[in-house]
Amino acid sequence: MFEYTLATARDALRARKISARELTTAYSGAITALNPEINAYITETPELALAHADAADAALAKGEHGALTGIPLAIKDLFCTKGVRTTAGSKILSPFIPPYESTVTANLLRDGAVFLGKANLDEFAMGSSNMTSAYGAVTNPWTRHGDNRPLVPGGSSGGSAAAVAARMALGATATDTGGSIRQPAAFCGIVGIKPTYGRCSRWGVVAFASSLDQAGPVARTVEDCAILLGSMAGFDPKDSTSADMPVPDFAAACKRGVKGLRIGVPREYRMEGMAPEIEALWQQGLAWLREAGATIVDVSLPHTKYGLATYYIVAPAEASSNLARYDGVRYGARSAGHDLTELYENTRADGFGAEVKRRIMIGTYVLSAGYYDAYYLKAQKVRALILKDFTDVFRNVDALLTPATPTAAFGQGEKMDDPVTMYLNDVFTVPVNMAGLPGLALPTGLDASGLPLGLQVIGRPFDEETVFAVSAALERAAGFSAVPTLRAGA
Amino acid sequence: MAYTLEGSTGTWEIVCGLEVHAQVISHSKLFSGASAEYGGEPNAHVSFVDAAFPGMLPVINRECVAQAVRTGLGLDAKINLWSRFDRKNYFYADLPQGYQISQFAHPIVGEGVVEVTLADGSTKEIGVTRLHLEQDAGKSLHDQDPTKSFIDLNRSGVALMEIVSEPDIRSPEEAGAYLTKLRQILRYLGTCDGNMDEGSMRADVNVSVRKAGEEFRTRCEIKNVNSIRFVMLAVEAEAKRQIMVWEDGGEVKQETRLFDPTRNETRSMRSKEDAHDYRYFPDPDLLPLILDQDWVNGLKALLPELPDAKTARFVADYGLNAYDARILVIEQATADFYETLAKGRDAKLAANWMMGDFFAALNRTGRSIENSPVSAANLGALIDLIADNTINGRIAKEVFEAMVETGEAPGAIVEAKGLRQVTDTGAIDTAVDAVLAANADKVAQFKGGAEKLFGFFVGQVMKAMAGKGNPALVNEALKRKLS
Repeated sequence: MFEYTLATARDALRARKISARELTTAYSGAITALNPEINAYITETPELALAHADAADAALAKGEHGALTGIPLAIKDLFCTKGVRTTAGSKILSPFIPPYESTVTANLLRDGAVFLGKANLDEFAMGSSNMTSAYGAVTNPWTRHGDNRPLVPGGSSGGSAAAVAARMALGATATDTGGSIRQPAAFCGIVGIKPTYGRCSRWGVVAFASSLDQAGPVARTVEDCAILLGSMAGFDPKDSTSADMPVPDFAAACKRGVKGLRIGVPREYRMEGMAPEIEALWQQGLAWLREAGATIVDVSLPHTKYGLATYYIVAPAEASSNLARYDGVRYGARSAGHDLTELYENTRADGFGAEVKRRIMIGTYVLSAGYYDAYYLKAQKVRALILKDFTDVFRNVDALLTPATPTAAFGQGEKMDDPVTMYLNDVFTVPVNMAGLPGLALPTGLDASGLPLGLQVIGRPFDEETVFAVSAALERAAGFSAVPTLRAGA
Repeated sequence: MAYTLEGSTGTWEIVCGLEVHAQVISHSKLFSGASAEYGGEPNAHVSFVDAAFPGMLPVINRECVAQAVRTGLGLDAKINLWSRFDRKNYFYADLPQGYQISQFAHPIVGEGVVEVTLADGSTKEIGVTRLHLEQDAGKSLHDQDPTKSFIDLNRSGVALMEIVSEPDIRSPEEAGAYLTKLRQILRYLGTCDGNMDEGSMRADVNVSVRKAGEEFRTRCEIKNVNSIRFVMLAVEAEAKRQIMVWEDGGEVKQETRLFDPTRNETRSMRSKEDAHDYRYFPDPDLLPLILDQDWVNGLKALLPELPDAKTARFVADYGLNAYDARILVIEQATADFYETLAKGRDAKLAANWMMGDFFAALNRTGRSIENSPVSAANLGALIDLIADNTINGRIAKEVFEAMVETGEAPGAIVEAKGLRQVTDTGAIDTAVDAVLAANADKVAQFKGGAEKLFGFFVGQVMKAMAGKGNPALVNEALKRKLS
């Protein structure tokens, strides 16, 4: 049951070789068995999953099916799900049960998906390790050779990535503000795509940084991601930043091949001190694409080095405002106070964790009178330059290939002393968010200790199809078949 | 004659600018589908967007944008085809998002002008700096419980237009005239009902004082004044306070103040040092608001005739004087009533009837023109009955009172009460003869030179005829018989 990919499970369901109930029961069992160790789920919804599965079986029995009928998924706990607690990984939302369904999850339900539960994440999606969750760390299903110390799954979509890697879901929703889909996908040896900003509706997704947040899927194969994204995406009049564009057949694009495509290699992504095996992985990827008929072109994205600094102004600025609504007045956790100010102070002091508080303070600072021009305004200008870098480069190339992360997964508790070290995880992913482009991470090799390493394919705005074509070609060439230590069906 | 205030050190001039918050007339709120209707049970008109639930997003209401553009056009202002929404960040219990969505840096409407007419008949132009769209906040109720505050979010997210004037206002009268005129224009446009007692229009009043020829001195802002009269009182009270501060050797500090109408004074609310740092930045949930010039032109083509144009037309077309014309156009409904009434009739007579007996009757009965017991058609029919000599002017007043009371048509009242004017000269002669015979002494006095007694004879004859005699024929008969 756990050998199925999303695509093959879908075919088996349609052929009635397996039932949705069987599949769901197997996955719910995997969660029961593995979640105590991995902690990929904050909230498990086995009964709801069975209800979804039975509905799927009833539809399949009538010969009806949507794109995802009967497919069990994990939902990042940042997506509001009607009647199911949604915490955003924060204590402040611990009692919050949304009376509405996010557009993305509603799209998945429309297409027949089965929801297994709500996946763990860094608090309010702020983090690269899943260590900031108020619901405990997530353990990466992978371990180093001969070393059982727990590793982080990356973040913020650590629960989603770990669940998929450990076969506790066939796929999962995730969100990416600075790399929160691609970095955990790379750390967990799976595939994840952050689509173009505006491709998926943000309506009903708890906001971190509105101009950067974008939902996308994680799954075990490029095609699985394409199938999921096809359901998640689409124009939503309830989100003013949603793009009114048709959703192409992403899965079909996976079969296109790369012959004749021009693939750019941004020289600024060759960082000093980068592990030699990352460099080797990158060169291998380029060689595979060349063999498959693509042309490799050296390109320059000169403002790359400002990406992280810019991101850590823009994202906290928006977050400081977006998180103002968690005040204990209308919903969520409240800590009493003698007056309104004390109610705010107590609620937010108790309800938010350290990383969230840090970013609220940074964001408040950079927007303050006297600092706005030096920080926020300048960051917006640099952001425009970063976008221009990409726009210029995409006149000459069809896609870019870069490493997904500077390192493989690190140990739980590492990099916790200095926030800046943690922020460096996102150095290759952040510019893509700043420019609103689609970026996909996929595993193409292992490091010396046996941990997965990933490459990133970056495309033009709303050209996810080329991203899928290039990624699928890399996937075929790499033939990545390593599996994590912790997994269902092992 | 410029308005000034006398202090112990000389003559002072007032400098005043107004920021008017006008609630946009629209079915739903600025960024949500919840009802924008006034009133309702607390928290009955609240969507998840208004209550700032997690993941909820604002979507601009097209009609609110159209209303702002109409208002801009009505103020002869520049319409900015590119504008943007910013977040104004501050914490308060009735501000669910923790920020107000407003237009700080790039308002939808730029510079415009409002021409006001003052009591002495002179006119003055007050500049409009800008108009922008923003969300209203909810309401905190502190008097419902000894220890708790209650929050009503019905108003949360309702669209407001903030209309900022230039500091062109120089007297309480000008402040009142500006607000009155602005409210009149908004009502004509149908973009704000201007009901200050319901809070759908309120003003922040900026006041400073200076000696003639000086640069501006420090100003204070008086927040949320909710009637035109209070604005006028607040301007004067604050100006007098500032003059006293300056003349006592002190310095006026920039601060926010409140007006207390019961004591006719302003009180400090918070100083500049306590002012919020609102951390304005562009709202990333909304794209810039880009308007199509053709769409703006379409709105412009459908604008109603505004008060100034209507006043000019009434003077030109109906031969009214400017004063009467302005009174008749104060409200759209009054002007419409007048035009219905004047059509095909003596326009001045129509104006006199409206501004005389008709307005008096509305005042007396506490009715508005929309639910007046006397329709324009009926009042017109009454004027027609006078014109065709069916009734005389005196009887007309009686008929009008009956119309106010019953709402019936004048013809029916005249018939039912038998008030038709008597033009039968035989009947008039009979009445005249009887009156002269009964007042032989007065006839003698009249003939001896007491000509004023003619009026007495007219009155007696009309009385004898129950008021129904044709006045001209009665006069003629009397003259004939007394000569």
